[in-house]
Amino acid sequence: MTGGHPEPGPGVGSGPALVGIVLVSHSARVAQAVAELARELAAGGPVAPVAAAGGTAVGGLGTSAERIVAAAREVDRGAGVALLADLGSSVLTVKALLMEDELPPGSRLLDAPFVEGAVAAVVTASTGAPLAAVAASAADAYTYRKD
Amino acid sequence: MRDAEFFRRWMAAAAAAVEREADRLTELDSPIGDADHGSNLLRGFTAVRAALEAEPVPAAPGAVLQLAGRTLISTVGGASGPLYGTLLRHTGKALGESAQVSDAELREALSEGVGAVARLGGAAPGDKTMLDALVPGVAALGTSYRAAGSAAEDGALATVPMRARKGRASYLGERSIGHQDPGATSSALLLGALADVAEPAGAR
Repeated sequence: MTGGHPEPGPGVGSGPALVGIVLVSHSARVAQAVAELARELAAGGPVAPVAAAGGTAVGGLGTSAERIVAAAREVDRGAGVALLADLGSSVLTVKALLMEDELPPGSRLLDAPFVEGAVAAVVTASTGAPLAAVAASAADAYTYRKD
Repeated sequence: MRDAEFFRRWMAAAAAAVEREADRLTELDSPIGDADHGSNLLRGFTAVRAALEAEPVPAAPGAVLQLAGRTLISTVGGASGPLYGTLLRHTGKALGESAQVSDAELREALSEGVGAVARLGGAAPGDKTMLDALVPGVAALGTSYRAAGSAAEDGALATVPMRARKGRASYLGERSIGHQDPGATSSALLLGALADVAEPAGAR
């Protein structure tokens, strides 16, 4: 999906696989837009696989377990999958799927703000960092004060 | 002893209760939630009823509840999906694969299911959530199914003066006071449906 970069960095080709990122929002447009934002801010080298899982299966506001599972499978490269969720049912559905082992091995819900955490996670994952480092950098976004 | 057919009847009775009360659940969810609790649960339990009628029908009580829980997680789309889904799946898992379960085993399994809901939502009784009906309801199962249904209903009524500490209603702070929690209300319906199928003599 992001192939064709002239200067492959770590994690491309023979390097270790990149951590995949799934963005779960109540809104399909929010998930898509945040995915785009994070991808663009991480560009300049290879970008970690990012998938948006927003809205319900019928296109309304809410959460679709099927979309989350499909998105996680899509971005799974064997290095783990980091999931970020926005509100209530997004968080609870991911947690329920993790409790039931329905997500790829090495999947983890990140405790992070949605937009800032997504950017931090995608940028970090794109360097080839392991899941623990991706999680730490996303959680770190909570410490950035705005006043 | 209770067999898979009993559990299918319970889920069908729950679906019927949700259908009957969907408008009221949504009304309760209007002032403090996003006004979709009734329609979300109706979609979920309609799918549960269809799943439990489709071949092959599950042969064990645990499998019935696990299928119902999985269906709710997939179809509801709101927070009640993973919460009720987790309740039923964990209860089903705790029942194991026996073709028949005793009332004591069901009571024990439901306690585990309620514990899983508390862990998933990070809530406790008093937070104005479904736990305020489920916890007293399951505790009263030791007396009778009918007592469990009544205790859950009382628990739902007792959420009126509470201030919400979980979910969307918690953003309202003081303004959440004075409204009955929709999740506790639907939880009372679920335990009321169990009482109706377990002790039909006392049914309305």
